[in-house]
Amino acid sequence: MTLNDIKIVELESTANTIRQDIIEMLLSAGSGHTAGPLGMADVFTLLYFHTMNHDPENPNLEGRDKVVLSNGHICPVQYATMARAGYFPVEELKTLRKLHARLQGHPHREFLPGIEASSGPLGSGLGQAVGMALAERMNKGRNTDNYIYVLMGDGELNCGIIWESAMLAGREKLQNLIGIVDRNGIQIDGYTWDVMPLEPLKEKWESFGWHVIEVDGHNFTALDEAMGEAQSVNDKPSVLITHTIPGKGVKEFERDYQWHGKPPNKEEADMALKELRTLGGKIVCHDCD
Amino acid sequence: MLNEKEKLNKKIFDADVEQVPLRNGFGEGLVQAGDADENVVGLCADLTGSTRMQAFAEKYPKRFVQMGVAEQNMAVVASGLAASGKIPFITSYAMFSPGRNWEQIRTTEAYNNRPVKIVGSHAGVSVGPDGGTHQAIEDMAIMRVIPRMHVITPCDTNEAWRATLAIAQTDSPTYMRLAREKTPVMTTSETKFEIGKAYEMWRSEKTDVALIGCGHLLYHALVAAKELEKEGIGTVVLNSHTIKPLDDDSIIKLAKEIGAVVSIEEHQAAAGLGGAISELLAKNNPVPMEFIGVKDVFGQSGTPDELIAEYELDSKAIVKAAKKVLGRK
Repeated sequence: MTLNDIKIVELESTANTIRQDIIEMLLSAGSGHTAGPLGMADVFTLLYFHTMNHDPENPNLEGRDKVVLSNGHICPVQYATMARAGYFPVEELKTLRKLHARLQGHPHREFLPGIEASSGPLGSGLGQAVGMALAERMNKGRNTDNYIYVLMGDGELNCGIIWESAMLAGREKLQNLIGIVDRNGIQIDGYTWDVMPLEPLKEKWESFGWHVIEVDGHNFTALDEAMGEAQSVNDKPSVLITHTIPGKGVKEFERDYQWHGKPPNKEEADMALKELRTLGGKIVCHDCD
Repeated sequence: MLNEKEKLNKKIFDADVEQVPLRNGFGEGLVQAGDADENVVGLCADLTGSTRMQAFAEKYPKRFVQMGVAEQNMAVVASGLAASGKIPFITSYAMFSPGRNWEQIRTTEAYNNRPVKIVGSHAGVSVGPDGGTHQAIEDMAIMRVIPRMHVITPCDTNEAWRATLAIAQTDSPTYMRLAREKTPVMTTSETKFEIGKAYEMWRSEKTDVALIGCGHLLYHALVAAKELEKEGIGTVVLNSHTIKPLDDDSIIKLAKEIGAVVSIEEHQAAAGLGGAISELLAKNNPVPMEFIGVKDVFGQSGTPDELIAEYELDSKAIVKAAKKVLGRK
């Protein structure tokens, strides 16, 4: 199904709601990551509200598409998206990082149905997705149309294991594996080009046997087309290098690496929510101040 | 005398006792486990021949994944396969798996609760001439502290075969430790094996010291038991092949009965089987203990026999430790 203008407006509105959820969750938690989750809200919205074959009522649906979040620290965006998609009540988002909560600081699959793999220590999600894709191959041959989407951070690409997994996926020509790299240019210690330069990144993935698509991570039409292209490639795995703005939606947070790993305080959260609720003039919020 | 009930090898004390590497039993067991369940899959990090995964790879090429020299990736790919219902066996040398990929095993297999079977071959100083870099003597320690992880160290090829079949049927992530060299065959195809259940291999008429061990050094324990009996010291030799879950009941009972324990393992004396036993007994029934194991040093090149003697892991050292612990009773 292609995106029409009405659907795009719907997705944008959902992504905005998810961004507000993220701010409120982080404020309530008092710790966690801000920039990555805000930056990936559009990608997650597209996956859960348009692209994927999944059922929030039946998280173990046979033949479902799977999301593996390799960079587990951006889980607030996955939690908020899952709640808005109907996996669990939205009110539960405020339990993030609290004792006995299902919403662990980094995702735990045994705590929360719908999480495919516990993650946090960077680099390990891609290989798990490779294993899942290999199992599909063993069970169904190459004719599977169940996709495994694996989300990775760009800082995470510093990890050697990512390239071990990439090499295996390339050799095995895992066409049902779709990587999504959040190319937001920041990691904890600074900008990626200062900490550990990754370029030429497209060529790196290509040389490992992957089909590479560079795409604007905030443009639903472009993202949707990229997903379609990735799905249509039938002789190799694909990776979307999604160029995103860390902290997207809140000007004060955008592109500042210092927002990688800290939550907003009350004042900052109020400011962020106000800005998100006005949506830069796109949608008028009648209830806002 | 040898425990008849366990149907052990009657030629155990013969000079020409049959000697076979433990890994052979694993290789045969894996093929058999694969015959029994099509979900059994094999992954190996460029050591298919020496870990004995070769036979499985040849029989089931579509269920075998050659990982290349990438042990960390092997651990996480196995987790993904297990997520989709497979029963992955991953193999390399113990130094590299679980040595190199410990965090991946902890997070993606144990924390994630995926029943991956980690088989570490070439453990212990008996790897021999390759030297200290390749002699894993910390592996049982680093694995047994991981919640949910089962840790099993078979004593011979037959036990490795039975253990392989047994672990293929559990839902637990499991570490099984193998050795490189040919070692004496102590059990037979009729000896029973149950995960978490220790059994007596030897019992003297009177009992002064309990020798509790795992792995091929149990042969040295049996030789020591015979030697000690000649000198009037009676022993029980307990095969504690499962380090976790430890057979608490059998070990506490034995400690209560005998009152002195020597632990025996081809591993650091700290934090392995001896560590597990001492934790258990300190809490439940403290008795004097001595520890046969490597004493906080690294290994080196040499022949297996030389190294077993050098690090005081042989029957001579066990006899000495038994006498020492007896003096502390």
